[in-house]
Amino acid sequence: MSQLDLARLQFASTTIYHFLFVPLTIGLSFLVALLQTAWTRRGDEAYLRLTKFFGVLLVINIAIGVVTGLVQEFQFGMAWSAYSRYVGDVFGAPLAIEGLAAFFLESTFLGLWVFGWGRLSKRVHLATIWLVALGGVLSAAFIMAANSWMQHPVGSTVTSGRARLTDIWALLTNPVFVWGYIHVLLASLLTGAVVMLAVSAWHLRRGSETQVFHKTATLSTVVLLPTALLAMMVGSHLGVIEDEYQPMKIAAAEAQWDTCQPCSFSAFQIGGGSRDETPDKILEIPHLLSVLATGTWNGQVEGLNSVNARYQQQYGPGDYVPNVFIQYWSMRVMAYLATLALLLALWGAWLLWRKKMTTAKWFLRLAVWSLPLPFLMNTAGWLLTENGRQPWIVQGLQLTKDGVSPSVSTATVAIGLSVFLALYVVLGVVDAMLMFRYARIRPAPAPSTDEHGRQQPAMTY
Amino acid sequence: MGLAIFWFVAIAALWTGFFVLEGFDFGVGMLHRLVGRTDAERRVAINTIGPLWDGNEVWLIVAGAGMFAAFPIWYATMFSGFYLALVVLLVALIVRGVSFEYRGKRAGARWRGTWSWTLTLGSLVAPLLLGVALGDLLYGVPIDASQEYTGDLLDLLTPYGLYVGVTLVLLCAVHGAVFLALKSEDAVRERAERAARRIAVVAALAVLILAVWTQVAVDGRIVAVVLQVAAVLAVIAVPWLIRDGHAGRAFAMTTVAMAATVVTIFIDLYPRVMVSSTNAAYDLTIENASSASYTLKVMTIIVAVFLPLVLLYQGWSYYVFRRRIAATDLEPQGTDRPAPPPTGLSAPPTAPAAPAGD
Repeated sequence: MSQLDLARLQFASTTIYHFLFVPLTIGLSFLVALLQTAWTRRGDEAYLRLTKFFGVLLVINIAIGVVTGLVQEFQFGMAWSAYSRYVGDVFGAPLAIEGLAAFFLESTFLGLWVFGWGRLSKRVHLATIWLVALGGVLSAAFIMAANSWMQHPVGSTVTSGRARLTDIWALLTNPVFVWGYIHVLLASLLTGAVVMLAVSAWHLRRGSETQVFHKTATLSTVVLLPTALLAMMVGSHLGVIEDEYQPMKIAAAEAQWDTCQPCSFSAFQIGGGSRDETPDKILEIPHLLSVLATGTWNGQVEGLNSVNARYQQQYGPGDYVPNVFIQYWSMRVMAYLATLALLLALWGAWLLWRKKMTTAKWFLRLAVWSLPLPFLMNTAGWLLTENGRQPWIVQGLQLTKDGVSPSVSTATVAIGLSVFLALYVVLGVVDAMLMFRYARIRPAPAPSTDEHGRQQPAMTY
Repeated sequence: MGLAIFWFVAIAALWTGFFVLEGFDFGVGMLHRLVGRTDAERRVAINTIGPLWDGNEVWLIVAGAGMFAAFPIWYATMFSGFYLALVVLLVALIVRGVSFEYRGKRAGARWRGTWSWTLTLGSLVAPLLLGVALGDLLYGVPIDASQEYTGDLLDLLTPYGLYVGVTLVLLCAVHGAVFLALKSEDAVRERAERAARRIAVVAALAVLILAVWTQVAVDGRIVAVVLQVAAVLAVIAVPWLIRDGHAGRAFAMTTVAMAATVVTIFIDLYPRVMVSSTNAAYDLTIENASSASYTLKVMTIIVAVFLPLVLLYQGWSYYVFRRRIAATDLEPQGTDRPAPPPTGLSAPPTAPAAPAGD
């Protein structure tokens, strides 16, 4: 493999790995904040026990999310120095703002929340978990603003071989950013809700603390239903926006080589490797691609060959078609699994309405097994977004192959990649082990309080 | 140019803030096995920095991201040139970060011993490598006319850079020992005080040699020498202050020493940001490595709004956790009760007394 391939593999593995933990953290911190709010307002001890129970799961994951975020932050300069030189003026700003406005907030208040039981008043302590959640939401905003600029560079010009920021406001109102950001937030909530539902279902099925876990099963279902629905609707609208700025991304997601009008959507295809222009499409649904890509019943979708020819004229000779196979399937994995999550939520909502949640054996069993869904969806979603931009690193401005570090040798990147992969595997195993362990113990009884009604301090490391 | 200079100062301040804050938690990580013989004692040591270390580490992230935004060329050349060293640094920081969280999650002696060692090594390697990197910025590494690093891993291991690394490790150690003396009780406190007194002597000597070496190697500025001498004096004062029970003042001294030592590197760098050992004409400077003025303006507004806010709430968290910690404050944790079988339908066991909000 070339240095370019290795550097891409390293970036992809770090980013995918990092994003297994981040949406869970964002979603779960919001849900835990809701639990703690319920405890603070209603005084029901069950909510306190649940807050602490899911708080442990939250903190186990935040740890990995934070430390892999360091790699994320450093790897632009390490493996992609030509890119960093070219875009630092524009791309570095949101990254630095993320650190100043979000990471400090999240880390400091996480420390205050974890160690603040019994030291802070109930209300102030409740505020700290909300600020942790806010930190996560803000950090997603700035990193998404940076990424969206790579998809659709706005608010900048290129002078003397470097991109220059001309309008920070344009970066923050980039339509790709606005809709992509909402989509990511919804995906994060969905991730947290599915995990909370799966854990609660596991306990309900074993009849352990049924009354307690019925509360989180309810909360997660109530959050999951609108979230899954909205995530799909926003995602669909995001497709329309991307089709305008990155027609290649959408055409490749349908493996649509020739321009069509109206365009049908295929449920599956056989074949369709990168250069296979005639895959067997199965179960074609008429008009659906037109609707997804343009928002109109009879919209025209430009085919890959046509876009490629146009780009060759605009940017010079070359192949501007991304890996179609990855594009086609990542889109479907994401959409199909989202549909499953929505169905699960509908089923759960119906059971709640009929007051049968705790005894619905098959629902609870399926809810436990739905645990991997959001992680697969999130990964597929990012593959769709990032692979669809290729061969560009910044759409229309810089090619990925021109972004790698000229001073870093192939062997060096190979070493870095192997070290990180080995570390990710070890940490993944440890994290999964601890998650399963702490997800399956019974929540601790509510802690004792002293004469001022405060809990004992928690020095928990 | 004016804003670029401001940003050079800001980056220097961020690195200094990072070493002052994370410096003591690096030190505590290095020393927690030494000051704590039993598991409870080690936990006391770790819990003194428990709520603080994560926020401290953000200073590094912001320093790096600030370089990316304000000096993209500096960020690109330094981070790609130091690639392998940064891989090791990241591994150290990652392993150290999860050690805090995972160590207490199970009770087995082997489990705790493993995470305790990873915490020690990570806390030692991270400041060493960061010190080498900062030393190299000043001492110079091979950089060509196109502002690219042209050396290999060995070119990074300059004697001067390595020495800066060792000095910073010693300063972190004494800073951490004094912090422990300030924040712990009983046996941990006594051992920390003893460690602080001993390490201070070595650290003072190390900074003194650094001052001389810097004069010889890079012809440092007078003001830098003054600061380095101040750092030496500050560290020398530590054993007396500790002996007389003034741990707070001793901590102020190690803070001064750490800040002065890191700041002098940037003072001697100015107006360069990364020295080329190939040719002085290829040096990266504030002028040729910075972003355009619009970006700097935006970033200046952002930093002016957010940094005071950060200092405020980070300061508040230090205030909240100001009390000393004794073994009696620790809550019982991590029984080694086996997890229930995954397929069984039996009710799961109850958690130990209080795994609590973490």
